[in-house]
Amino acid sequence: MAVLPLSTGTGAPPRNPAASGDGRTPPPDRSTVRKGRRWRRRLRENLIGHAFLVGAVACFVFFAWFPMVREIVMSFQRTRRGVTRWVGWENYQRIWDDPAFGAAWRNTLLFTLLALVFGFALPYLIAIVLNELRHAQGFLRVVVYLPVILPPAAGLMLFKYLYLPDDSGILNYVLTHLGLPSSQFTQDPTTTVPALVVASTWLNMGSAVLVYLAALQNIPGELYESAEIEGAGLLRRVWHVTIPQTRLVLSLMFLIQVVATMQLFIEPLILAGGNGVQDSATSLVYLMYQHAFLLNDLGGAAALGVMLMLVLLVFSGLYVWLTPKQEEL
Amino acid sequence: MAVQSHATRTLISPARRATPVGRRVYWILLVLIIVAFSVAFLGPLYWMVTGGLKSAQEMAQVPPSLFPQDPDISNYSDAWIGLDMLRLLLNTVWYAFGALAFQLVLGVAAAYSLSKLRPVLGKAILGAMLATLMIPATVLVVPQYVTVHDFPIFGWDLLNTPWAIWLPAVTNAFNIFLLKRFFDSIPTELLNAAAIDGAGPIRTLWSVVLPISRPILGVVSIFSVTATFKDFLWPLLVENMPETRTINVGIYAFSTGLSQNVVIAASVIAAIPMIIFFLIFQKNIMSGLTAGGIKG
Repeated sequence: MAVLPLSTGTGAPPRNPAASGDGRTPPPDRSTVRKGRRWRRRLRENLIGHAFLVGAVACFVFFAWFPMVREIVMSFQRTRRGVTRWVGWENYQRIWDDPAFGAAWRNTLLFTLLALVFGFALPYLIAIVLNELRHAQGFLRVVVYLPVILPPAAGLMLFKYLYLPDDSGILNYVLTHLGLPSSQFTQDPTTTVPALVVASTWLNMGSAVLVYLAALQNIPGELYESAEIEGAGLLRRVWHVTIPQTRLVLSLMFLIQVVATMQLFIEPLILAGGNGVQDSATSLVYLMYQHAFLLNDLGGAAALGVMLMLVLLVFSGLYVWLTPKQEEL
Repeated sequence: MAVQSHATRTLISPARRATPVGRRVYWILLVLIIVAFSVAFLGPLYWMVTGGLKSAQEMAQVPPSLFPQDPDISNYSDAWIGLDMLRLLLNTVWYAFGALAFQLVLGVAAAYSLSKLRPVLGKAILGAMLATLMIPATVLVVPQYVTVHDFPIFGWDLLNTPWAIWLPAVTNAFNIFLLKRFFDSIPTELLNAAAIDGAGPIRTLWSVVLPISRPILGVVSIFSVTATFKDFLWPLLVENMPETRTINVGIYAFSTGLSQNVVIAASVIAAIPMIIFFLIFQKNIMSGLTAGGIKG
C-alpha cells in the first residue's frame, strides 16, 4: 500500500503510461522484474484515477451522453401501446407539418436576435457607465443583480402583473402618462416577443453586468492614458481600447447568450400561456414540451430536439472556427 | 457596500473629473443614475410587495394606486397556506442541498482525478464532458425524461424522487471545469510532499487539496444551489406531484386557480429565501461571477 505514494514522490504524476518514466526509474533493460513492477504501478495509478472519475462519468453517461444518442434514436421511432417500431422520417414530417412549427422557429430566432440587441449591448453599456462611477457602485451592483436571484416564475408573475393589458397595469399607466401609446403586451401578436425580451432581459441582465464590470476593471489605465494623449475622444477610446480589451469576454458572453436564448421556455409559458395569441409566443422548446408531454408524441418532440441540437452544434462549431484561438475553453 | 479603490484610471481621466464642470457633471449623472436604477430595478420589486397587499378589486382598478389603500396581509397568509409554501420551500432546499452534496463529492473527485491523477483517457473524458456545454440539457429533456422514468439496466422509476434532480445535477461540466482549473493551479510539489509523508490520494485530497480550495468550493456551491432554485423545465417534468414540486414550479402550477394578488404574494414569499441567501453570500457571489476566470 505504502509503496505507491512513495514511488510517485519525486516525479510528476504520470500523464499516460506511454510517456517515459521519471528520473528515478531505472533504465528499462536493467531487469524485467522492475519493468513488471513499474507496469503494475501504472495500472494501479490508473485504476485509482478512474475510481475517482467513475461517479461523475456514470452521471454523464446516463444523463448527458446516452440521451444525446437516444434522442436521435427516438426521433426515428414511434411507440404505440407499448410496441416500438422504426418509422423513418415520419416524426420529422409530423413536427414539420405542425402549424406552429414555422412560428416557433420565427419566434425563437426573433427572441434570440432581440435579446442580443438588448441583453448584449445594454449590460455592456451599463457596466461601462458603472465603471466610471466613484460612488455608490456597490449599491448599484446589488440593485442590478437583485432580479437575477428571484425565482424565474416569481419574476415572471411580477411581469404578468406589470403587463396588465388595460389601464390598471402600471406599465400602461406610465406609458400613457409619458404620452406614449399603451400596449397590450403579450396579448397582441405584434408585441408578444418584444414583451418577452424585455421581461427576460430585466430578469437576467445582472450577471452579465457584473461579468463585464470585472473585465473592465482589468483594463490597464495606461492604455486610456496614451489613447487620450494621441487625441482620441471618448467614443474612440471606447472603440479602440475598451472593446478590444474585453473582446474575449464579449465573444464568450455572446456564445452563452445565444445558447441560453435558444432554450426560451418559461417566459412564453408564464407570460403568454405557452402559445400566445395566434402562436405569437410559441418557442421551439415549448413546442417540444407540447408534443412530448401534452400530445403524447415523444417521437415528434425528439425529432425537434435533434433539429435544435444540430442548430446549436453548427452554431458552436462556427463560433469555435471563427474566433481566434484562446488559451482555454 | 465597499467602493473598491480606483488607483487605475478608467475611460475619463482624473484631470477631467477634477475640473469644476467635470465635477458638476459627474454628480448630476451619479444622482440621475441612482434614481434611474432604483426606479428600473427596485420599482418593480416595490410594486410586487405592495401588490401582494392589495385586494383583488384594488388590483384591477384604473388608475392603479401607488400605495395600497387598505394594506392587508391576508393575501400572504392565503398564499402561504393555499400553495403549501412551506412544503415547496422544504422540497427545494432538500433538492438543492442533495444536488450540492452529489456535485461536490463526485465533481471534486472527478476534477481532482482529471487534474492531478491523470489516468489514461482523462483528457478525452474531460473533452466529452465539456462538449455537453454546447448541447444544453433543455434540448435533451425528452430522452432524459424517458431515462429517469425507466432507468436503463436497473429499471427504476425515479420520477417524483429526489434522485431525478440530484443525479443529473452532477453533469454540470462548467463546475467540474472550474474545479479542475483551480486544482491545476495547486503546485504538484505540495501533493508530493503529502505523498512522501505517506498520504494516499484520498487523504491528499482531503487534507491538502480541499483546504486550499475553499474559495472555489464556495463559488461552485453557490452556483449549484442557485441553479436548483431557479431551474424550471426539468423539475416541472420530473417532480410533477403537488407534494414533490419545487418552489419555482409550484408558483406556476398552483397559480391557475388563484387570484392575481395571491399569486403575487406567493412570488414575494418565494423570493425572500433567495434574497436572504444573496445578502449573506453577496461577496462570494460577486467574486464568483468573475471566478469563471474569463478575463478580458
